[in-house]
Amino acid sequence: MSDEPKPTAPPSAAESSGPSAAESSGPSATEHSERAERMAPPPVPQAPGHARPAPGPEASAERAAPAPVTRLPVTALYLNVFVVATCGLVYELLAGTLGSYLLGDSVTQFSLVIGLYLSAMGAGAWLSRRIEGNLAQRFLDVELAVAVVGGLAVPVLFLAFPSVDHFQLLLLSFVFAIGVLVGLEIPLLMRLLEGQLAFKDLVSRVLTFDYIGALVAALLFPLLLVPKLGLVRTSLLMGVANGLVAVWGSYLLASSLRRPWAIRARALAVTAGLLLGVWKADALTTRAEDNMYADPIVLSKSSHYQRIVITRGRSGFQLFLNGNLQFSSADEYRYHEALVHPAMLAATTPPRRVLVLGGGDGLALREILAYPSVREVTLVDLDPAMTSLARTFPLLSKLNRAAVSDPRVRIVNDDAMVWVAEHPPARGQAWDAIIVDFPDPNNYALGKLYTKLFYRRLAAQLAPGGAVAVQATSPLFARRSYWCIVETMRAAGWSTHPYQVAVPSFGVWGYVLARREDFAPPERVPSLPLRFLNDTALAGMFRFSADIGPLEVEVNQLDNQALVRYYEREWQRWE
Amino acid sequence: MTSRRDFLTLLLGAPMAAWACRASRPPTTPPGQLLSTGAELGHRWVRDGRAPAPQTFTRHQVVVVGGGVAGLTAAWALARRGVRDCVVLELDEQLGGTARGASSAVTPYPWGAHYIVAPTAAQHELTALLTELGAIEGYDDHGAPIVDEALRCREPEERIFYRGRWYEGLYLRAGASADDLRQLDVFQAEIDRWASWRDASGARAFTLPVSQCSQDPEVTGLDRQSFAAWLDERELRSPRLRWLCDYACRDDYGLLASSTSAWAGLFYFAARQTGAKVDPQPVVTWPDGNFPLVRHLAEAAVTRVRAVVSSVTQGPDGARVVAHTDAGPVGFLAERVIVAVPRFVAAKIVEPLRAAAAVASAPSDYGAWAVANLHLRDRPRQVMGAPRAWDNVLYQSKSLGYVTATHQQGRDVGPTVLTWYYPFTDDDAAGARRAISGAGQPEWAETALADLSRAHPGLRDLVTRVDVAFWGHGMIRPKVGSLWHPQRLAAATPVGRIHFAHTDLSGMALFEEAFDHGNRAAREVALALATR
Repeated sequence: MSDEPKPTAPPSAAESSGPSAAESSGPSATEHSERAERMAPPPVPQAPGHARPAPGPEASAERAAPAPVTRLPVTALYLNVFVVATCGLVYELLAGTLGSYLLGDSVTQFSLVIGLYLSAMGAGAWLSRRIEGNLAQRFLDVELAVAVVGGLAVPVLFLAFPSVDHFQLLLLSFVFAIGVLVGLEIPLLMRLLEGQLAFKDLVSRVLTFDYIGALVAALLFPLLLVPKLGLVRTSLLMGVANGLVAVWGSYLLASSLRRPWAIRARALAVTAGLLLGVWKADALTTRAEDNMYADPIVLSKSSHYQRIVITRGRSGFQLFLNGNLQFSSADEYRYHEALVHPAMLAATTPPRRVLVLGGGDGLALREILAYPSVREVTLVDLDPAMTSLARTFPLLSKLNRAAVSDPRVRIVNDDAMVWVAEHPPARGQAWDAIIVDFPDPNNYALGKLYTKLFYRRLAAQLAPGGAVAVQATSPLFARRSYWCIVETMRAAGWSTHPYQVAVPSFGVWGYVLARREDFAPPERVPSLPLRFLNDTALAGMFRFSADIGPLEVEVNQLDNQALVRYYEREWQRWE
Repeated sequence: MTSRRDFLTLLLGAPMAAWACRASRPPTTPPGQLLSTGAELGHRWVRDGRAPAPQTFTRHQVVVVGGGVAGLTAAWALARRGVRDCVVLELDEQLGGTARGASSAVTPYPWGAHYIVAPTAAQHELTALLTELGAIEGYDDHGAPIVDEALRCREPEERIFYRGRWYEGLYLRAGASADDLRQLDVFQAEIDRWASWRDASGARAFTLPVSQCSQDPEVTGLDRQSFAAWLDERELRSPRLRWLCDYACRDDYGLLASSTSAWAGLFYFAARQTGAKVDPQPVVTWPDGNFPLVRHLAEAAVTRVRAVVSSVTQGPDGARVVAHTDAGPVGFLAERVIVAVPRFVAAKIVEPLRAAAAVASAPSDYGAWAVANLHLRDRPRQVMGAPRAWDNVLYQSKSLGYVTATHQQGRDVGPTVLTWYYPFTDDDAAGARRAISGAGQPEWAETALADLSRAHPGLRDLVTRVDVAFWGHGMIRPKVGSLWHPQRLAAATPVGRIHFAHTDLSGMALFEEAFDHGNRAAREVALALATR
């Protein structure tokens, strides 16, 4: 075995192994070579997550045969190593992030992805020995393959996610394929550089650039790539980088290539295609999930009805349904105290039986169960996934103080519109208070839950003297929508007291307190451990500033769905 | 309005999505039944004619022949006037004719007519019917009834599928040129003009029912040209507008605009609008279409006998009706008979008409329809565009698309039933009937699936069963010249003790028309009984 620079071999010999030489060049520029023989092969790097399998003794043995070597632009190739390393790690991080975004359970996802990725790189390294022939050509082929598979990985996975039954399998297949290809890269590159300098220098330099690349990737990924570009464009951009390495390589290794222009053309085409993707993905990334959440996702699952995402940041955790913030643990107490207590206090007798419509997170339940008078609560929420999450997901069940498991609580998973129609209360079984906490009316399926018909059906559920509170979107952001809800309740025969509160996560938020009879809003808060409400805050909620005051609006009915149209128009202005 | 996933799917191109991890199964036709519509039974008796005579004739005040909407309305209206000795004879097991419905564990669903237009202040009887049903929630400032919100068709009412995307409404606005939109405006201006048009006596040009429409020649003259020719005369040739007009004619009449009377074409658009620039009257619908109306009317039909009527004759002591039950022939001797069957059947069983049949009869033409009810275990994935609506129409399909049975109930997730309608618009209806009479459930199911899969690619995997009905003589068609033909107007005139009620007498098959004729016949009979 020799690490000595080799004199140029005649072109004919180039067929057998190593880079072929189209033209001769002088002796290698490497200077320190003699001591190389005394160096033991470097130990295989052990643990770090992004470690690459280094060529072991086996690889060294294979190089025993003297290889004819052309003088190659070594420094430029080091830069290639750097780019390749950066891209490789970014792919791995992308896959892990995507897995935890789309499938939830980030610990499992990252473990699986990293484990599989590393072992795939091992497989790639092992396979590299079988690659013979024109190494420069093979290296560029692999580079292009990485560009295509890696660059398209995230867009394809995002795309396939809704329609694929075994997403995990597909994700891991991508991870494995990219891992194998990336695993091939460094061994091939090292073999390319083999004759150019002493083995110890080769290993030292290549691995140095490799690890620096990994560090740069690890820094770029969370600080620049994900926040600025999003997952899809990052993926495509890394593909572009790999493509450019191939283009560049077609120049650097031109002397070893039989038809450099052919591979260059291919590399340019791939790069251009991916660049087009980066450009076109622009509209996508502004909507894609990776840009939607400011904080890391700790849980995300698709139920039959909606996409549930929980993120956790410095200020606590947040629940999103279909991308819309439902609460933030930092200030939800303001929202839920304001939602529940006015109705509990406005009922003529201390409520014994309470109905909650929506509110599957169990946070309204927590407030209701604080009243010793409450004997029985029924919560009707469409999505069993949401109510079971509220019971079993530790962050959430802690926040709602295990309200969903309280023996007084009965959970019904049904559409509230259908449920109230089909379950008229038996005599004496009407509800003393009803808390209505639906998502905002941003589609027709939700819009029906804010119609005059719905509020009339609601009236049939309420005991005489009972009170209702309805979450009614923001009178600031969607002023017309808010007053449309108020007006619709009035048209359904309710006596109403609109009120509002500031919830930092949401802005100014609106509710409607209502009873069948004329009534005065409550003035005294109960002697419960409340964080937000006191007598002053309670009185203040029923006052509206000029910019959120009443407007002339249509009544929302099943056959006009005026509210959904108001709501769409109004929120558009803020988005 | 679309979810993020749908957005991603569409933006990145659907073809790639099907790429991985999909098991491909050989397509199998979902199970289902072909609904019996009594046609075979009717054909046997009416065509063969030779029936044994009954031994005895039982006396009744009134016998109603036919248990569709017209006949049931007559029985209901008579009961409201205190005439209780009334027998309804219907050959089919189920009452309601083409307004019938059914119910499964999932939802009630329609088998035919599936909506009515909310009554105006002038439609007292329809208001009375709806009031009995508890379906009127009040009256507006002009005294017009307000139909219960739960029954007024829930928004979004309709949407249209075109090139991979749904759009709101029935007129395809996407990609419409300035000229397309100008022509739509011109057309709407014409409709507004007719909606506000009144004759010397104050009658509207077009209103429900047809009997209340003006008979001024300026209006009735429209019957002499086709709707297509009327549009041509006004240079209204925009393909989108013409498609809408064709759709309207197919939807309500089973015809294309080129065969439809211009009077009927304008009626479709103008009758639902009480004046210029006024919103159309609300559409009123139940999950099972108009079946709840039929059920309520049927409750009034004190006696109902499943029998095929083979003859109705006049006699000095009353009208004799010969009918055939499974147990043999039965005879009825009635003071009055209301014949509430299609005109072509009446011409074969009513003695005085049979005699007159040699004389010219009004041109009549019955369209054939196929209806498929598809049970779905879950909703088709929502693609980009307009959200799910009650009526979902495919642009340039020969079908009418489908209505969703669970829409009005507000059930927006989970299993549902889609009712798919397919009218045979061929001018030669008899030919169409012959050509398709051999098709069974598998053929219809496959046709429906193929049609709807254009808009819902994964539909087959969601469908658990497809039940099919074929209405060979589904409804009379208002072809050019058929509506204001003198014979049509004359056909409603009683012959001795025999009265007539059917949508045929209006020339178009709408619930409101059957209901109107049932009420008119009942008034005639009640008056006759009171003054005998």
